[in-house]
Amino acid sequence: MTNFFASRKGIISVGLVIGCLAALLQYLGNPGNMGICVACFERDIAGAVGLHRAGVVQYMRPEIIGFVLGALGAAFMGRDFRPRAGSAPIVRFVLGVFAMIGALVFLGCPWRAILRLAGGDLNALFGIAGLIVGIGIGTLFFRQGYNLGRAQKTYPSVGVVMPLIMAGFLALMFIYPQVADEAKSGVLFYSLKGPGAMHAPLFVSLAVGLLVGTLAQRSRFCTMGAFRDLILFKQVHLLSGVIALLVAAFAVNLILGQFHMGFANQPVAHTQGLWNFMGMVLAGLCFALAGGCPGRQLFMAGEGDGDAAVFVLGMIVGAGFSHNFGLASSPKGVGPHGIAAVFIGLAVCLFIGFTMRKKTA
Amino acid sequence: MSELVDARGLSCPQPVLDTLAKIAAMGTGELEVLVDTEASKENVARAAQGKGWKVDSISEEGGEYRLKLLGG
Repeated sequence: MTNFFASRKGIISVGLVIGCLAALLQYLGNPGNMGICVACFERDIAGAVGLHRAGVVQYMRPEIIGFVLGALGAAFMGRDFRPRAGSAPIVRFVLGVFAMIGALVFLGCPWRAILRLAGGDLNALFGIAGLIVGIGIGTLFFRQGYNLGRAQKTYPSVGVVMPLIMAGFLALMFIYPQVADEAKSGVLFYSLKGPGAMHAPLFVSLAVGLLVGTLAQRSRFCTMGAFRDLILFKQVHLLSGVIALLVAAFAVNLILGQFHMGFANQPVAHTQGLWNFMGMVLAGLCFALAGGCPGRQLFMAGEGDGDAAVFVLGMIVGAGFSHNFGLASSPKGVGPHGIAAVFIGLAVCLFIGFTMRKKTA
Repeated sequence: MSELVDARGLSCPQPVLDTLAKIAAMGTGELEVLVDTEASKENVARAAQGKGWKVDSISEEGGEYRLKLLGG
């Protein structure tokens, strides 16, 4: 293998870099234990373009834009840009919707679950346990022949649609920059308080996003895959990268005084253990059935995977549903309809899992 | 005569699952695996090596990879 980043040392290096950068982004202005959170940041993007009107979570996060564009650049440099699409896109969209709903019941994607733990938020233990259980259920379906069918090679233009959308979002940020004390700038919404108002400087966030996107595309970094491969194949390759991320973020948090251990009063978190767990059972199952964590879906979208791009759009729309229908949690606890949404999501996942199985030859 | 796994177009983790299933069924011998992404190429090679199989060769044609795996 000539790709260093796909080696054990490579994936560990990438995990260490992501962990350090995430803790630094928090230090530079991103919300607590949210240096990087793919779900939260896509939710903020949904708010920035008005798909929901939760005033505290509206910001066009440059990290997400950088993830996709960095992955696109890395894929081109590595001769790894492969336009492909057509593997059950509507199912991937729905899985993206419910992945976001589950993640927002917990308040974080798998990356943030690890970063929350690295910051001392012990509620994350329930989320990580739920994530592992959800992925474990997904592996049971894989063992029974579940798969979403083959994708087809397609036009390069299909593969660049998501990067173009992200480039368009970036252009909007420059055309309509944030104005002090104004909740709207042109077509974009900006939070005046809450997590959406907390962010590192634009160019720092964008640079980190581009770097992480590049490294993660080359290394195939995937938090869901880490646990899935352990359960399914007894492989610890991806897991070593995730553990490196945890260790690096923990160390940098200690150095920067960002480590505060406990359950109560953790930033952008609630203490309802059961629903922290169940939210991530749903999210983990969705990620497993769709074949990648939310970060990995962004990187695959950057390397030309139109189906991963549909999953990403599903997550952004899911964020709109979450905040419009009272599904998302807040530091006070789960939203008024969050519990019902988790059960509906699990039912949908079981339907998909049971009905999309093929006997192997 | 080698066995063949056609994992083109399949998303993660299907190429690895199909390859490992075939390796388990064969026990030993020569297996060719077709994939169409670099990630699948790396994952299949890593999984086969984890089962004690050797990656004899990897050839690329038209953006697709043919991995020749030897077991036993």
